[in-house]
Amino acid sequence: MTLKTFGFDQFGFLLFSLQWTILLTLIALIGGGLLGFAVALARTAQLKPVRIAAATYIQVIQGIPVLMILFLSYYGLSLAGFELPPLFAAGASMTIYASGYLAEIWRGCIQAVPKQQWEASESLAMTRLQQYRYVVLPQAIRISLPPTVGFAVQVVKNTSITSIIGFVELARAGQLINNATFQPFRVFLAVAALYFVVCYPLSQLSRLLERRLHAGSSR
Amino acid sequence: MSYTFQFGVLAQYQDQILSGIWLTIKISVLSIILGCAAGIVLSSVRSIWGGAVRFLVDAYVEIIRNTPFLVQLFIVYFGLPGLGLRVGADTAALIGMTINLAAYSTEIIRAGIEAVHKSQIEAGEALGFTRFQIYRHVIIVPAIAKVYPALCSQFVLMMLASSICSAISTQELAASAAFIESQTYRSFEIYIAVTLIYLALALALRAALALIGMWLFGRRVARRAMTALPEVQA
Repeated sequence: MTLKTFGFDQFGFLLFSLQWTILLTLIALIGGGLLGFAVALARTAQLKPVRIAAATYIQVIQGIPVLMILFLSYYGLSLAGFELPPLFAAGASMTIYASGYLAEIWRGCIQAVPKQQWEASESLAMTRLQQYRYVVLPQAIRISLPPTVGFAVQVVKNTSITSIIGFVELARAGQLINNATFQPFRVFLAVAALYFVVCYPLSQLSRLLERRLHAGSSR
Repeated sequence: MSYTFQFGVLAQYQDQILSGIWLTIKISVLSIILGCAAGIVLSSVRSIWGGAVRFLVDAYVEIIRNTPFLVQLFIVYFGLPGLGLRVGADTAALIGMTINLAAYSTEIIRAGIEAVHKSQIEAGEALGFTRFQIYRHVIIVPAIAKVYPALCSQFVLMMLASSICSAISTQELAASAAFIESQTYRSFEIYIAVTLIYLALALALRAALALIGMWLFGRRVARRAMTALPEVQA
């Protein structure tokens, strides 16, 4: 038996697995975005019980480890009788995780829109839906871009946790190659470098957006 | 669905759960102390010396913040022995958490330092403060007070992320859960119970940090620390 070394083929496998990391990130951002948006609206709703329910949801998601969300989705889905591949549990848990954080980020953005904007649009006899659609959300979305892109970096990194339930994304691919080559330092540095290549541009983009947003203000 | 929940089995494994909780608390508290101290030192030398030191500190911060904690743990636990440094799972967890938290603390405290107004420093000079006194009373302490809520959020996130250390066989709370699961196959009950324990730990840590904040910086800062949710660092 010949021992493989970390070479071109192995790096190719890492690149291939990076696709799954990116796919999982997109699932989390789209699914978590939709759910998080609903929670953010509930968090800023006029009815107090709705606000409290949304706040509790956010507090709980932000108060438990992503790993526990993952295990609960993984075992919860199989308990409910679904024999699904790990991608479903991974996607579901990443969606729930992202929704808790995006909801809180976007709540902040919605509340950052000055109160006068609400009052002015109300005095124009706009309905609540019209207020959101034409006045509040266009402004809130602009404010939300930098922190949302920043959070995308966290999502990319946290998809690595799904390797623990056996979903073969980048981190898991690194482990598999390490098991075959026994060159952990080299393999995991390559894995880290690939994550960096994805995350660093996003971090910089978030910073750029942040600077552009504050370009008009005094600082 | 005809599944009956049996939380009763958990009682037999009380010892495993308690020892897991204890190790989670231990590595979290130690890494918070070490990581925060490193963050204060690194953000200070970065702003004082500038030049190559600033470049190196910034590079460290960016590298850590743009790679997953799990991969950092793998490098420490599986990679370092290849370089002749063999570390146990607990030590590797502590090293990984400290390295990770140091980078985030540096970034957060840097923002606090940069928010200190020049006029404040000039006022300190006008009062005849020495450079060290200015650094201590005008720059670093107000800077930390300003970013204390963000720091607290990061500490809580680190405590929660310590669960990932179970992947390198550190026997903390998540690993206890996995062990009990392998013995009883009562996976859902165990993970619900352990999730609730983590939630309680997060609330307790937040309350403890708020008390420390009250003692260090007064009531106003502490109240912000209690309610602040994790800020996403761009």
